[in-house]
Amino acid sequence: MAPPDFRRPFKRAAVSDQQRRRELTLERQAQSRHDAQQRVRNLASTIISLQSQEPDDADVVLEPYLEESEAPPKELDIRRASRMRGEQVRNWFARQLMLPEWMIDIPDNLSQDWYVFARPAGKRCFVVASNGTTVSRQRNGSILHCFPSALPNGAKTREPSGPAHSYSILDCIFHEGDQTYYVIDMVCWGGCSYYDCPADFRFYWLNSKLEESGASGPPSYYHKYRFSAVTHEKGLPAAYTDATPYVKDGLLFYNKHAHYQSGNTPLALVWKDVKCSQYVLDTDSTGQVPDQQQVVLELQEDGNLITSDDPPIIFARLNSEFIQQLGLHSGNFVRCAINDGGLSFVEGKLEKADLKYIGKCSRGRAFADSYSKVVFQHMARHSPLTYDDLLVAANKAPSDVEMAG
Amino acid sequence: MEVTQLLLNAQSIDGSVRKQAEDSLKQFQEQNLPAFLFSLSGELANEDKPADSRKLAGLILKNALDAKEQHRKFELVQRWLMLDATVKSQIKSCLLKTLSSPVPDARSTAAQVVAKVAGIELPQKQWPELIGSLLSNVHQLPPHVKQATLETLGYLCEEVSPDAVDQDNVNKILTVVVQGMSSSEGNNDVRLAAIRALYNALGFAQANFSNDMERDYIMRVVCEAALSKEEKIRLAAFECLVSIASMYYEKLTPYMNDIFTITAKAVREDVESVALQAIEFWSSICDEEIDILEEYAGEFTGDSDVQCSYFVKQALNVLVPILLETLLKQEEDQDQDEGAWNIAMAGGTCLGLVARTVGDDIVPLVMPFIEENITKPDWRQREAATYAFGSILEGPSPDKLTPIVNVALNFMLSALTKDPNTHVKDTTAWTLGRIFEFLHGSTMDAPIITPANCQQIVTVLLQSMTDVPNVAGKACGALYFLAQGYEDVGPSSPLTPYFQEIVQALLTVTHREDAGEGRLRTAAYETLNEVVRCSTEETATLVLQLVPVIMLELHNTLEGQKLSSDEREKQGELHGLLCGCLQVIIQKLGASDQTKYGFMQFADQIMGLFLRVFACKSATVHEEAMLAIGSLAYACGPEFAKYMPEFYKYLEMGLQNFEEYQVCSVTVGVVGDICRALENKVLPYCDGIMTQLLKDLSSNQLHRSVKPPIFSCLGDIALAIGQDFEKYLMYAMPMLQSAAELSAHTAGADDEMIEYTNSLRNGILEAYSGILQGFKNSTKTQLLIPYAPHILQFLDSIYVEKDMDDLVMRTAIGVLGDLADTLGSNAGTMIQNSVSSRDFLNECLSSEDGSIKESAEWTKLAITRAISA
Repeated sequence: MAPPDFRRPFKRAAVSDQQRRRELTLERQAQSRHDAQQRVRNLASTIISLQSQEPDDADVVLEPYLEESEAPPKELDIRRASRMRGEQVRNWFARQLMLPEWMIDIPDNLSQDWYVFARPAGKRCFVVASNGTTVSRQRNGSILHCFPSALPNGAKTREPSGPAHSYSILDCIFHEGDQTYYVIDMVCWGGCSYYDCPADFRFYWLNSKLEESGASGPPSYYHKYRFSAVTHEKGLPAAYTDATPYVKDGLLFYNKHAHYQSGNTPLALVWKDVKCSQYVLDTDSTGQVPDQQQVVLELQEDGNLITSDDPPIIFARLNSEFIQQLGLHSGNFVRCAINDGGLSFVEGKLEKADLKYIGKCSRGRAFADSYSKVVFQHMARHSPLTYDDLLVAANKAPSDVEMAG
Repeated sequence: MEVTQLLLNAQSIDGSVRKQAEDSLKQFQEQNLPAFLFSLSGELANEDKPADSRKLAGLILKNALDAKEQHRKFELVQRWLMLDATVKSQIKSCLLKTLSSPVPDARSTAAQVVAKVAGIELPQKQWPELIGSLLSNVHQLPPHVKQATLETLGYLCEEVSPDAVDQDNVNKILTVVVQGMSSSEGNNDVRLAAIRALYNALGFAQANFSNDMERDYIMRVVCEAALSKEEKIRLAAFECLVSIASMYYEKLTPYMNDIFTITAKAVREDVESVALQAIEFWSSICDEEIDILEEYAGEFTGDSDVQCSYFVKQALNVLVPILLETLLKQEEDQDQDEGAWNIAMAGGTCLGLVARTVGDDIVPLVMPFIEENITKPDWRQREAATYAFGSILEGPSPDKLTPIVNVALNFMLSALTKDPNTHVKDTTAWTLGRIFEFLHGSTMDAPIITPANCQQIVTVLLQSMTDVPNVAGKACGALYFLAQGYEDVGPSSPLTPYFQEIVQALLTVTHREDAGEGRLRTAAYETLNEVVRCSTEETATLVLQLVPVIMLELHNTLEGQKLSSDEREKQGELHGLLCGCLQVIIQKLGASDQTKYGFMQFADQIMGLFLRVFACKSATVHEEAMLAIGSLAYACGPEFAKYMPEFYKYLEMGLQNFEEYQVCSVTVGVVGDICRALENKVLPYCDGIMTQLLKDLSSNQLHRSVKPPIFSCLGDIALAIGQDFEKYLMYAMPMLQSAAELSAHTAGADDEMIEYTNSLRNGILEAYSGILQGFKNSTKTQLLIPYAPHILQFLDSIYVEKDMDDLVMRTAIGVLGDLADTLGSNAGTMIQNSVSSRDFLNECLSSEDGSIKESAEWTKLAITRAISA
């Protein structure tokens, strides 16, 4: 006698493995579809967020009348963004770049978890290729070059080199000497966003994509500048001592597991000494290294002078009388010198800074100094972190146990 | 040659005679359909003709009216409706006349054909006199005609949907049927026909079951019939009770005492076929109560349409001992027979359902039985005790069961290796599997598997895998759930130390000479799959090493020798298992970037093997290989382009496979995978794929479940090729529009239909999303503007309908954003003027579902931009 069709077969699991395979596949496909949609949408919304800095409540959204004066430029998309001018775009680009902190102490597992490479000397910029043009913008948002390139959709060639609407964003340093964009990181490629991928993955793709596209080839009519990926994984001694086609400006350390994150991050670090950089100590507006270390801080409404960190570190406070007298406004960047009192720390935290007001910064300035930069500069003048210190850390096996007595 | 001789020859044992007759019949049908059908009906009605030719004439007539495949059925219905009215009326009168034939086969065949014609004509409001004439005859006819008439009424109720028959006729049919069932009916054939007719007529009896007097009468007659001396009548009556249990659960309270007495007696004393139905009655009651209680526990607490009457809980103390008794009635060798079903199996199944219905309360009622029997010398007692234990593991709380399992586990492990009886070992292994399935996993407070016993469990299970096939298969099953319990255990799994040993043991099982017995080989591969799926990074390299091993297995099965059709079927099964296993491995390794690169070295060879699997089957493609290719495309990304030239024809074949709709469905999913992998490199193949997909959508042969994924797939293609989708817009958009109109409203649909409609809506919306996003930032967005009003209307209407599920909601609010995002100010005004966009957005913004909220927030930004542009 046979069991009723709808009863589970005797001593059998409720779901067959084949059914499970089908379901898992459908799940994966639905997820990938959702991801693909979100990717396209989110790429747009990093641009859109430009105009929506002010938090607005839900009810405002569909109000028919919006004040004309507040209306942002029409059809704002990545291509527009890459050609925009003014404070908006500067702010936008300033917010998108990943900014390494200065190395003020050595991270654990340096040899295991970190890439180290020689930073090319030059202008840090975002290169955006889309719709047949390539535009590079410096950290403050100003356009460096606008040119054809072999990046996907980077030139108006007869054959499209990627989906028409796709674009690529590379994090580069333009090196004057050999007129080359040295690519240190990849944010988007051919419409795909790599923000959310760990560094080792991004670097791997970066190398293969760059090769594939021909962008690493010599300049030509459709490809004005060469793009060259820096070598990310040679290790500390090589990065420090090996010859590079470019002039070095310090070393960059990238955590292998870190996603691309806009703004200051402790998961990317910069370190310099005189052997690997001409610019260890910061220069003033005349290009000279001043006797006293100078810092740039942002003035807040309440008179506090803060760094660009999030959350900011308060270095000092100006009283309102003084502010008025100098004609300063909240949001201004001011330059100060560190007096002989220097910086004093308690348990690793800044306790007191002996500062002297010098003046207001030029309008081209997009941000204040970060805490780590100030401290690194301070250390560089007094008790620097040396290459030997790094070497010791890099040679330490990860399993070494620190005896604390 | 006259038709009688043709019909007899068509049943000849001589193949050539048969073939010739069949050809002649076919020719006759093609030349003159009306004459052909009429002569068949004449043959069926003619008392001078042989019974064999009459019966075949009736069957051919029946097959000319109905077919299994939906599209064919539709054609036949249309053909009959177009037929000349005079001919039809002549045929119908022959059929009705045959119902009074003294020849049983002729009557019975005629009854079926009448029902088929009724199934076509009654919904068209044709043949209005049919029911009247059947009913008016029923009283004055000799018993055999009465029997045939009741049989006809039964078939008619099976064929025709209740709304095609007016309540007046329903009342009359039920009156006749129930009278025929009553004990006062002296003729058993008539009574049996009446009960069988009631079984089909139950669906018509909604109104009558709501009337106390009528329901009392029907129930009394059914219960009387369940006590008849005639076995066939009792069986038919119990089948009615089973059907009533699920159809009219909420009306049963007044009758449960009687039904309990009747079913208890039947389980204990009646012949097996009747006893099985009596148990099935209680299983069905459990099904109903599990559903109701699940709904109680769901989101809408206490809002269930049907109140739970707690019949099982009330009967528990008496019901459980009856079921436990059945467990001792095992048959020898029942575990070797895949299709076996006996009273012990049915009793255990019911016990399991009772446990799921009442939870903890069952445990104290079953434990004494287990304790008393588990160590008895008679294997039946030990097996019954173990089976009872295994049956109650789903339902009661872990708090209640874990202490018992902790005590029992060692006993079970030792029984699995030491018990002399294979039935006991089989059930023990199954019970261990149930323990791991329901009481082991990351959600459990108190783990039953500890570092102290894990090794012993693995050792015992692996050892059992060398036992006889049915026991080995169950041991594999237990290991399956052992592995599954560690699914989300984190970076380090307790099974890691045994991984290699387990994999080796499973592979050994697949190579056993008797692995074809039962489901042993299948069980071993399924377990291997689960072990791989639930493995952690620690064993990633071992999983990678498995790739060439399984590839070699597949390669070996592809080395061509000539095979018999039986061997070919077995080989096909094995291909399925191996492709399934590779799929699981690909999906596992492809999910993380670290493991993916190691795997990619094998991609070319694996793809080569899959293509060879396809080549083995000439006409169709292998579902498992197709699933695996989807995973491979996902893992490969753009690299997959190099396989497309060779693979494309199989993709097309899969999309054309209407008969095995699962294959078609899987292939549609793979198209999506490929689009995401290749992006615009898929363009050269899109003309072919789109043609096929659009054909699929307009076909009424294809199973409806494939249509929603096809719509989603249109979105995948559009997203991949961007504005190149332009050339398909004029075909795809009208189809989306008409499907959207059909799925906008669900008034009057049942739950299943609403669920289907929602999946259809989701597919349509995903298509819109993909198309809108694909065109974003292109110069051709204006092409989409004409479609925007309709899309907004669709969103309005499903919002107003208030019956979309969360997934549809998320997709729908996303589409609103896509409209704004892609069409900018063009859409802004339309959105502002739409009926419900604002309400819909606000509702989604305050949704508790994170992913809906996330989509809504994005949509809000996109709209802000569009209306201020």
